[in-house]
Amino acid sequence: MRVQQIAVFLENKSGRLAEITATLAANDINIRALSVADTADFGILRLIVNDVEKAKMVLKSNGFTVGITNVIAVEVDDRSGGLASVLKSIEKAHLNVEYMYAFVNKTGENAVLIFRFDEMDKAIAALLKDGFTLLSGEQVCAL
Amino acid sequence: MTTLYWEEEIETLPRVGLESVQLTRLKHLVARVYATVAPYRAKMDAAGVKPADIKTLADLQKLPFTVKDDLRDNYPFGLFTVPMDQVVRVHASSGTTGKPTVVGYTKKDIETWSGVMARALTCAGATSRDMIHNAYGYGLFTGGLGAHYGVERLGATVIPVSGGNTKRQITIMQDFRSSVLLSTPSYALNLADAMAELGVDCKALALRVGIFGAEPWSENMRNEVERKLNIRAVDIYGLSEVMGPGVAMQCLETDRGMHIFEDHFLPEIIDPDTGEVLPPGEKGELVFTTLTKEAFPLIRYRTKDISRLIHEPCACGRTMVRMEKVTGRTDDMLIIRGVNVFPSQVEHVLMGTEGVEPHYQIVVNREGNLDTMAVRVEVSEALFSDEVKTLEKLTRKIQGDIKDMLGVTCKVQLVEPRTIQRSEGKAQRVIDNRKM
Ligand SMILES: [Zn+2]
Repeated sequence: MRVQQIAVFLENKSGRLAEITATLAANDINIRALSVADTADFGILRLIVNDVEKAKMVLKSNGFTVGITNVIAVEVDDRSGGLASVLKSIEKAHLNVEYMYAFVNKTGENAVLIFRFDEMDKAIAALLKDGFTLLSGEQVCAL
Repeated sequence: MTTLYWEEEIETLPRVGLESVQLTRLKHLVARVYATVAPYRAKMDAAGVKPADIKTLADLQKLPFTVKDDLRDNYPFGLFTVPMDQVVRVHASSGTTGKPTVVGYTKKDIETWSGVMARALTCAGATSRDMIHNAYGYGLFTGGLGAHYGVERLGATVIPVSGGNTKRQITIMQDFRSSVLLSTPSYALNLADAMAELGVDCKALALRVGIFGAEPWSENMRNEVERKLNIRAVDIYGLSEVMGPGVAMQCLETDRGMHIFEDHFLPEIIDPDTGEVLPPGEKGELVFTTLTKEAFPLIRYRTKDISRLIHEPCACGRTMVRMEKVTGRTDDMLIIRGVNVFPSQVEHVLMGTEGVEPHYQIVVNREGNLDTMAVRVEVSEALFSDEVKTLEKLTRKIQGDIKDMLGVTCKVQLVEPRTIQRSEGKAQRVIDNRKM
């Protein structure tokens, strides 16, 4: 129930993000979700794509520093309270969220929340116990 | 392991014998320079010293220093002591400011140089059976040709590959079975990185030892080169004004310092501020007097290199004093908010940090009246994390370590790979934007 995510190191220079998305597009790699963590000095781009290994290879050969990490994708109804109920479950299990971001599926009915925890196994168990739907990588890309 | 010597008798001569050779040569040198070179004579007259005043080796201290400006002032051939028809070769080193410094060699000088270079190669365990890959630049720079003639004197095979075209160098290394590498340490790392990228296994190469010089490098960088290329990395020292490569050389029996070939090059360590000769073993500026050079001898030449002399006997049996690895230069020393900073110290901290590659740059700026120092470090895959806090922790750690080691607050900037300029020769480690 883990989804592979690509992370890319970004210097805070204008145009780098556009360069990455253009590079991926040129290589027929679809970006399903994207988030940028920005600090004053650098940024980290996180991507969910349809072909992780190819994306890594393409970005590496274009001179980027790339890492692959596991995240959890939780599907919730896109109504108010969807996020709140997940967060409540996380809090109850005393889990520490490293970061999270969200995107809405194509029909606009459901939202997908991407989470990175320091204790992934514990998080998966807790969310499943509370009845949440966790998506696989293929499922996320198929949305 | 039995030690190999090139000239065993002189290399292992008891100190008293060596010093008597040095004194004889020094007296002869001073008399000849005083008689033939007007600028030297003028300086000695101004200092009130005559050749006859040199009675012991300690009397060397009575003589005035020679500095780089003296070489520039007499550009190009003003300090040569022989007519030009006896000069068979010139080399020149480019200065960062103004004119280059030009050095000349007689036929005998070239023989002397080849001889000390052959000694140096033997110190690294090289023999006539070796295939020696000479990646020092050929041309006006002394590195390429200096090493080349030494290899030929040794009777080994020299591959005059020079700098650049890294892929071709790797192919040659594989096909010719290069066993000894001569290059700058930063180029050796370039080679190692290129091999990794091309999927070349360095363990399958014949390479056994690397002889590295021409730029300062830290012990950590030595470990890095040894690990990445699977070789023993030894230090060579030389500078074109004094001769070129082969002034001093590390032997295989020690990791501490290089034997100075003292029968040709007489070393002193001075306080760079006062010019006083420092007590044995203290750290200061290295000064050389060339005892045997004909065309372009130097008396008390200030190298601006920071080192110390190691007088303890070496396990290899050579009696020649060792100089510690050059830890910095009096002129590339940066003064940041009143604190002396050597790039080599920053490098030492970086190389001691897990996952940091030796690609870094120090950028100095002046904001208002305050100097600021930024250290740019390339983010390798080993360092990278998808979490901001991990990267911030890393920059804080490096900043803390630099503060501990140097006493200077700096800002560590993570940059994308390959954004720091790589040169095939010397790496540009410092960008000083201050207007002094
Ligand atoms: Zn030794």
